[in-house]
Amino acid sequence: MDLTYTGDDLAFRDQVRAFLEAELPADLRHKVSNHLRLHRDDYVRWHRILARQGWAAPGWPREYGGPDWTPVQRHIFEEECARAGTPPVLPFGVNMVAPVIMAFGSQEQKDHYLPRILSCEDWWCQGYSEPGAGSDLASLKTTAVLKRDNEGDHYVVNGQKTWTTLAQHADMIFCLVRTDPTVRKQEGISFLLIDMHAPGVTVRPIIMLDEDHEVNEVFFDNVRVPVANLVGQENRGWTYAKYLLGHERTGIAAVGRSKRELARLKELARREQKNGAPLLRDPLFAAKVADLEIELMALEMTVLRVLAQADRAPGPEASVLKVRGTEIQQRLSELMVEAAGPLALPFDPAYLEGEAEHSVIDDDFAAPLLPHYFNFRKTSIYGGSNEIQRNIISQMILGL
Amino acid sequence: MDFNFKEEQLQLADALKRWIARDYTFEVRRAIVGSPAGVSDTAWATLAELGLTALPLPEAQGGFDGDAVDMFVVMQELGRGLVVEPYFATMFAAEFLRRGRAHDALLERVATGDLKLACALGERQSRHDLRDVATRATRDTADGDGWRLNGEKKVVLHGAQAGVLIVSARTAGAQRDEDGITLFAVPADAAGVVTRDVRMLDGQRAADVLLRDVKVGADAVIGTVGAGWRILEAAADYGAGLLCAEALGAMDALFGATLDYLKTRQQFGVPIGKFQALQHRMADMYVHLEQARSMALLAAVRLADDAGGDHAAERRRAVAAAKYRVGQAARFVGQQAIQLHGGMGVTDELPASHYFKRLSTIELTLGDCDHHLARFIAQPGFYDDEEAAA
Repeated sequence: MDLTYTGDDLAFRDQVRAFLEAELPADLRHKVSNHLRLHRDDYVRWHRILARQGWAAPGWPREYGGPDWTPVQRHIFEEECARAGTPPVLPFGVNMVAPVIMAFGSQEQKDHYLPRILSCEDWWCQGYSEPGAGSDLASLKTTAVLKRDNEGDHYVVNGQKTWTTLAQHADMIFCLVRTDPTVRKQEGISFLLIDMHAPGVTVRPIIMLDEDHEVNEVFFDNVRVPVANLVGQENRGWTYAKYLLGHERTGIAAVGRSKRELARLKELARREQKNGAPLLRDPLFAAKVADLEIELMALEMTVLRVLAQADRAPGPEASVLKVRGTEIQQRLSELMVEAAGPLALPFDPAYLEGEAEHSVIDDDFAAPLLPHYFNFRKTSIYGGSNEIQRNIISQMILGL
Repeated sequence: MDFNFKEEQLQLADALKRWIARDYTFEVRRAIVGSPAGVSDTAWATLAELGLTALPLPEAQGGFDGDAVDMFVVMQELGRGLVVEPYFATMFAAEFLRRGRAHDALLERVATGDLKLACALGERQSRHDLRDVATRATRDTADGDGWRLNGEKKVVLHGAQAGVLIVSARTAGAQRDEDGITLFAVPADAAGVVTRDVRMLDGQRAADVLLRDVKVGADAVIGTVGAGWRILEAAADYGAGLLCAEALGAMDALFGATLDYLKTRQQFGVPIGKFQALQHRMADMYVHLEQARSMALLAAVRLADDAGGDHAAERRRAVAAAKYRVGQAARFVGQQAIQLHGGMGVTDELPASHYFKRLSTIELTLGDCDHHLARFIAQPGFYDDEEAAA
C-alpha cells in the first residue's frame, strides 16, 4: 500500500504543469474557470495547441500519433488540465469514433480520418440517440439502405438523431443506423460515418433550460453515404458501440474538475457574508461543503484504486465513477448557487457569450452560476443515465 | 502508487479467515456472547498464537512493528467474523503506551497475550469530546510522587476484561481544556477501582468504571503530566482508524450476505434480485461501500505515515474524513441490508442483524459522523483552502 506517485510520475506532472502554465491562453482559462460559454474557435484553438505538443489524444497508441502514456500519466494529465482550467478536448472524435476506427475500420479510413481527428481538421459529433431511442438505444429507427447505381455503391439514410452535442459546428457524424429490420434489434445495426455537409442533412437547434444552444436534432432525408464509410461489417455496429463501453476512462469521474470547482466554491463562500462573517464559517453551510469535500476525497481514492487495479481500461467500475462523479459535480453547482444567493438570479447572456466584458449586475463571479447549475442537470442524464449506470452495476458487477 | 496488500498481510488475513470459518462460527460466537464472561479465553489465546496481540507493538517489546495498514487487514477480518474478543480495546490502549514509551513491561505482556487493556476516557457529560475530562488526579499528600484519582468513566469498552486501564484525568485547567490532561496506566485491581460490566446490544462488553481515591505511583503516568492530550488525540485517531477497518469488514460481509439473499429468496416466481427497485438499492449500497473502503484505506495509510508523530495534520484530516464517510456508509448499508432481508432482517436468527448492530455501535464509538465532520471543518486547510489534495 503506497499512495505516492513515483519520481517519474512527479517529473511528468511538473512537465505538464509547466506546459499548461506557458501555453494555456489566459482568455480560455478565464472562460473555463468562470463558467462562460465556449465557442467553436475556443475548442479548436486549444485542441491545436495540444496537437502541436503531441498531446491532443492521450489515449492513442504511438503508431497513430498518441503519446503512449501509462494510465497513471493520462490521469495526471487530465488532473492537471482540469486544475489549470483548460477547455475540454471534445470526446466525440478523439475518444469515441477514433478507437472504433482503429479497431474495426479499413486502412483507408484510418489513413484518412485519424490524422484529421488529431489535428482537429474535422469536427465530429455523435449520432446515437433518437427521439424514440434513449436509454433503449438499440431500438433506433434511422435506416440505411444499400443502393447500387452508376455513381457506385452507397447507402441512403433516412431518419432523425437527437441530443447531438455541438452538431452545429460539425463536419462529420458517426451514426448507428438500422441496416436490417428483420432480425433481433441489436443485430441489424451498422456503424456509419456521414458527412454533415452532404445534401439532405439538416441540423435544428434544441435550446436547453439555460437557454444555451449546446445540442441539436439532426435530420437525414435521403442522404447518400458512400459504402466506403461503413465501419467494419454491416450489422455489427452494436458490437462496435459496446466495444467503446469497455474503453471508459477514469476521467469520467471528473475529479480534477471538481477539485477546481470546490476551490472556487470555497472562494465564493469566503467572500459572501452571513451574520457578519464569511459564509464558509457558517456551521450549516460549512457542513455541506465539508460533506462534499470528503465525498470528493473518497472518489479520488476510488479512481486511483481503479487505475491501479490493472493496465486495462476500467469496465463496469466506470459506472461507479460516473454516478458519484456526476452527483458531486451537480452538488457543487448547487452549492455555488446557494452561496451566491439572490445575486445568482439575474440572467446575463451577453456576459456569458463573452460579448460584454462584465456582467450587468457587476458581479462576474455570481452571474454564470445559475445557468451553470441548470446546465449541469444534464450530467446525470447523458452518457448513459445514472439509472442505466445502476443497472450496469447491479448486473455486471453484482450479477443480479 | 500501489494499492495491493503485501504477501504477509494477505497470509495473515487468510489465517484469520480460516480460524473464523472453523472455530469462530456464528453459533460459537453466539455461545460466547451468551456466556457469563462474554468473551472466550480460548479465542483470545488463538489471537495471541496468530501473533495478532504482538503485531503493532515495537520489536523491542516482543512485537512485530506492524503499521496501521497491517492492522487494517486484521481489523477487517475481525469485522467480517464479528469477533467479540477485547482485541480492539487492547490494541487501542496499547497505542497510548507505545506513544508514551514508558511502559515496556506492560507492552511485553500485551504482546504475549498475557495482558488485556482498555481505555477509560469518556464520561457522562463528555459525549464524543475526549477533551472533556472531569475526573481529577491530585498529588498524593502521603507520597509526594504519587497520584490519587477520582471520577467516573462511562461505557469503557471491555473495561471489566482488562488488567490495566488507560485513564484520562485532569491535573490542571478547566474541564474542556486540552492542556492539563494527564494519562495514567491504572491496574484494574487497584484499590478504589470499581467496574460494572454490561453487555452491549452488539454482543460486546463495556463497563462503567468508578475511580474512588485510587492511588497510583508516579510511574503510572503515560507521557508528560498535563500534556496527555497530544498522545490522547493521536491514539484516538488510531482507534478510529481501526474501527473504520472493522466496519469495512462488517459491511463487506453484510453486503455479501444481502447479495446472496437477493439471489436465492424467491417471490412472484423469481429471485427478488430481479426487481429493479432492489437492484438499484444494491447499486447505491455498493457505491457507498467502495467510497467507504477508499476512505478507510486512506486513513490507514495516513495513520501509518504518522506513526512517529510527524504527519499529524494529514492524519487528522484523513481520519476525520474516514470516520465520517465510513459512518455514513455503515448507516446506509446497514439499514438497507436489513430492509432487503425483509422480515428475516429484523430477527436475531440471521447474521444480518448482528452486523447491523455492530456497525451501529462503531458509529457511536470514538466520534460519530457529526463529531468528525465538525473536526474536519476545524482542520487547517478546510477554510484556508490550501491545496491539500494536490
